[in-house]
Amino acid sequence: MLEIKNLHASINGKEILKGLSLSVKPGEIHAIMGPNGSGKSTLSSVITGNPAFEVTQGSIIFEGKDLQEMAPEKRANEGIFLSFQYPVEIPGVSMVNFMRTAINEQRKYRELPPISATDFLRIMREKKALVEMDNKLTNRSVNEGFSGGEKKRNEIFQMAMLEPKLAILDETDSGLDIDALRIVAHGVNKLKSPENATIVITHYQRLLEYIIPDYVHVLHDGRIVKSGGKELALELEARGYDWIKQEVAV
Amino acid sequence: MEKQYIDLYKTHHSLIKQHAAPVMNESRDASFALFEKLGFPTTKLENYKYTDLKEALSLDYGLNVRRLDFPVDPYQAFKCDVPGIQSYLYFVVNDAFYPEYNEQNAELPKEVIVCSLKEAAEKYPDLMAKYYGRLSTQKQDGLVAFNGAFAQDGFFMYVPKNVQLDRPVQLVNIMRADVDFMANAHNLIILEEGAKAQLLVCDHTVDDVRFVSNRVTEVFVAENATYEHYKLENTHIKTTNLSTLLIEQQASSNVLGNVITLHNGLTRNSIEIALNGENCETELCGMVIADKKQQVDNFTSVLHNMPNCHSNELFKYVLDDVSKGAFTGRLYVAKDAQKTRAYQTNRNILLNRTAKMRTKPQLEIYADDVKCSHGATIGQLDEQAMFYMRTRGIPYEEARLLLMFAFTADVIDNIRIPALADRMKMLVEKRLRGELSKCEGCTICQ
Ligand SMILES: Nc1ncnc2c1ncn2[C@@H]1O[C@H](COP(=O)(O)OP(=O)(O)OP(=O)(O)O)[C@@H](O)[C@H]1O
Ligand SMILES: [Mg+2]
Repeated sequence: MLEIKNLHASINGKEILKGLSLSVKPGEIHAIMGPNGSGKSTLSSVITGNPAFEVTQGSIIFEGKDLQEMAPEKRANEGIFLSFQYPVEIPGVSMVNFMRTAINEQRKYRELPPISATDFLRIMREKKALVEMDNKLTNRSVNEGFSGGEKKRNEIFQMAMLEPKLAILDETDSGLDIDALRIVAHGVNKLKSPENATIVITHYQRLLEYIIPDYVHVLHDGRIVKSGGKELALELEARGYDWIKQEVAV
Repeated sequence: MEKQYIDLYKTHHSLIKQHAAPVMNESRDASFALFEKLGFPTTKLENYKYTDLKEALSLDYGLNVRRLDFPVDPYQAFKCDVPGIQSYLYFVVNDAFYPEYNEQNAELPKEVIVCSLKEAAEKYPDLMAKYYGRLSTQKQDGLVAFNGAFAQDGFFMYVPKNVQLDRPVQLVNIMRADVDFMANAHNLIILEEGAKAQLLVCDHTVDDVRFVSNRVTEVFVAENATYEHYKLENTHIKTTNLSTLLIEQQASSNVLGNVITLHNGLTRNSIEIALNGENCETELCGMVIADKKQQVDNFTSVLHNMPNCHSNELFKYVLDDVSKGAFTGRLYVAKDAQKTRAYQTNRNILLNRTAKMRTKPQLEIYADDVKCSHGATIGQLDEQAMFYMRTRGIPYEEARLLLMFAFTADVIDNIRIPALADRMKMLVEKRLRGELSKCEGCTICQ
């Protein structure tokens, strides 16, 4: 589904990703862990097409299509979703209007007519229930004045609305309290199917107890330096990253 | 540049006076003398330094000092059947009040007077003597003085004590001529104690000639009265729209000014609101959407002359291409105007590098127990928000539009007539989409 090969990417002339490769197949869950500043969010930005980053080498192929040729909105409509580490506040744009525009753009891309008002309201209701999101939040501007946890919950709500093929969750667990973590993880699992895949970026084993990964990768200095099964996450939790850094240095 | 008008006045002042009401003529020579002294404002003056009127004013314009009728039926030209905006509807063509009776205005309360300034001067000389020129003749401003010298007519509205109008009064200003043309209308609006009125002014141009409209509007808002002044400009690129709005508020009155420029040529709005009684509430806001070579200069002045008043000012600009915007927010708080609360915000978005914005807060605060704030920003659309929306599948152009629309939303929220707010949202969206790229008559009334 997603094939990343020897990816190099930089921002403002500074190279952040330095030859990263990753292969994700339908139905799989991949966890990416790694120290602060190692390039995890950069990877998610590059996959989703953030124009601030420049890909200098390598390739990203999604379902046989070269992503680098595509604008961010096209990648989204092809089925890629990013739950932001730091969701953006958009004052003046209401959640409802935002969501309706997004849904209709997706439908337009699939050559479907705009969604009817009743269908839209019904789906909104269902998905809100899935992540137990407060009604009041969807009546406000996008993320404006939302608490850290509310923003994360809102990301998963949007994911539920858009039903992506590939979801990238960038530290969705940070800022969530224990109950919220469970609810959000439950939501993610509910949306899981053999056709779609998830990349979970996290620092903590805790989330991975709910969303059980098939693979765990360690990202260090712009490269994946170690990959393993779910037990690697436990090892990292117990031992930190230093031993891996040493292994790499050797 | 001034010479042709000075000569015109000297040769034709008796003709000008002959076609105007005596009460308007009383101050005419003095206004002319002042104009002779001041001339048209130049960029050398602090208050006009952002907008150069020289080119626009040096052309040769016709003036209709003989008050010849212009053949136009505004009801034909502008069908007003917007569902929802039910208004009392009036037209001023150039500077002449359109006299024909309109069925739509049948329900205007009998004690309310709406007519031409000339008619008001004849029928209600006391009212006119009391109010006409009271605010404008003191102004040391070349444009206002020019208006005082040449204005012969305009719009008049009087709302007596405790009369509250149930729907807005709509004044559609139409510029119409076959040659390059200048009009100097003078409007007078009087609200007595406890009265309430909403005025929606729509500025339009119909002919493909150059226009200069030099309009002065005086508004008197008595104690406990509520007045809302909406101005929507949708004129063509060859228009020079010079508008001076002077408002005087008495104690416990409430005024809202909302000045929206959707499409124009060169516009200068001078707005001065004097709070001459305690406990006044004043909300002044505006929005500018400009592209191509359009220019808009909003020069605002809020004068806190008395204690315990509250004013709030909010202006937003979206500028594209080589358009130019300017905003001045003068805030004066007199020595005795304690407990003043005065806030001012000006936010601007430049959609490219060639558009220009000048913004200047001008605070003159002489009282010590006050709460005042001001803030101005000039920026681009938020890149991160753009990316965020695009990752949800919203295309670049649509995301841009949503952000621009969101940016202007709080100015629209300050419209207290729901049907007008809805209509305005639609017009702004159309404008931002580029579908209102030229003036097509009254977009409010289509
Ligand atoms: N705009 C920028 N200009 C310069 N450097 C940047 C910019 N954005 C990110 N970086 C740098 O790129 C590196 C990788 O950042 P990234 O956000 O991808 O890390 P991360 O692995 O997600 O870290 P964290 O665990 O803290 O979220 C960091 O050193 C960061 O400082
Ligand atoms: Mg990160």
